[in-house]
Amino acid sequence: MSDRDRGHPEVSVSVNGAPRRAVLEARRTLADFLREECLTTSVHLGCEHGVCGACTVLLDGIAVRSCLLFAVQAQGAEVTTVEGLAGPDGSLNPVQQAFRDCHGLQCGFCTPGFIVSVTAFLAENPEPTLDEIRSALSGNLCRCTGYQGIIAAVQQAAAQTLKREVLEP
Amino acid sequence: MLAEYGDEAKPLAGGQSLVPMLAMRLARFDHLIDLNNLGELTGVEHTGDGLRIGAMTRQATIGADPLVASHAPLLAMATTHIGHFQIRNRGTVGGSLAHADPAAEYPAVAAALGAKLEVASVRGTRLMEAADFFEGAFATSLDGDELVVAARFPTWDDPSGFAFEEVARREGDFALVGAAVGVGMDTAGIIRRASIAMLGVGGAPVRCTEAETALLGCMAVGGDLDEADIGRLALAGSEPTDDIHASSSYRRRVGAVIVARAVAAAARRAVESSREGCDV
Repeated sequence: MSDRDRGHPEVSVSVNGAPRRAVLEARRTLADFLREECLTTSVHLGCEHGVCGACTVLLDGIAVRSCLLFAVQAQGAEVTTVEGLAGPDGSLNPVQQAFRDCHGLQCGFCTPGFIVSVTAFLAENPEPTLDEIRSALSGNLCRCTGYQGIIAAVQQAAAQTLKREVLEP
Repeated sequence: MLAEYGDEAKPLAGGQSLVPMLAMRLARFDHLIDLNNLGELTGVEHTGDGLRIGAMTRQATIGADPLVASHAPLLAMATTHIGHFQIRNRGTVGGSLAHADPAAEYPAVAAALGAKLEVASVRGTRLMEAADFFEGAFATSLDGDELVVAARFPTWDDPSGFAFEEVARREGDFALVGAAVGVGMDTAGIIRRASIAMLGVGGAPVRCTEAETALLGCMAVGGDLDEADIGRLALAGSEPTDDIHASSSYRRRVGAVIVARAVAAAARRAVESSREGCDV
């Protein structure tokens, strides 16, 4: 332990299934920890105060703003970022595929946050109405698309996930 | 720890308001005391006359809780207006009340329902009325060494109905103005109890006592109740905040409409609850 680290807390978390341990300042946010220590750079920082949603990750399966959590608060938790949503061979999950098919992204900065939020949303509500989709997307800002492609992507992902459940029960 | 560190320490609940304030350097503390692993501060329980909700119970939990839906429906209605689902996954009832944001939903609900806050320190525990707890914008009468550990929301006798309405620029934005309304009737459908609490009108939640009194004795539905009048009365003489998001007069005029809508919806639900009571 270096002098710099002396007195700082240690945190152990699982990031996309891989155990991570680090000694870090208590004030280090989970977002900074994920980007700088774990190199899961899909975690984007837009506003750094909880408004834009670009840094959304799953904490034990629940969608949260990683810029509003301190890394030490994730002690013992399973953190999932977009890197952990795709298949091991890099194949896209249904939400990612739908964003690609429906032009749900342009510059892509906000996309990881959307993918994570939508994955959590559809897990809870697999057959959402249009109003429910719009409401669920309100916590992620996109400055390029105008949201129409994103809404279409959520509808496609919901339909496909449902179809898969029916065909492969 | 609060007793030891005093103003240099701040309890960290869900962090959905406190951490942004730290990030924007609007506040700084030498010590944050994380409450997130204190299991004894979470949970919704039914007490004799209402619900006791642990301070660290997440807003998402409250929004989905069947006890809340049946015993404190106004709280469930307000929850859907708080931020976005990602925010509600972390945000807590105790944090929201103690933060006392003038645009926040739960303080208005606490004021409307006459909630009590359970407050603890090394000196002991005391119960505080919501009306005494909120002093102004981001200001409460909590002492420096005190922590909100639970909130008690009383259940109203049937037939009663509730409504929560607010106006925000975009979904999930801070509300410009909002109203939490409760209406209780007798079996003849006459309003015998009324509560109107507004957010965004003052620093602390504002109870519209004149408008509440005007509701008493009215038929809840199909009679002499003029909701628009009640709305205007509720905002009469108020001086809502004037800022870049909305002018004071906009808040006053929209507030009157919001109150009218909420009163109409609460009265309608009170009548529906009495019909359901008859069916059973």
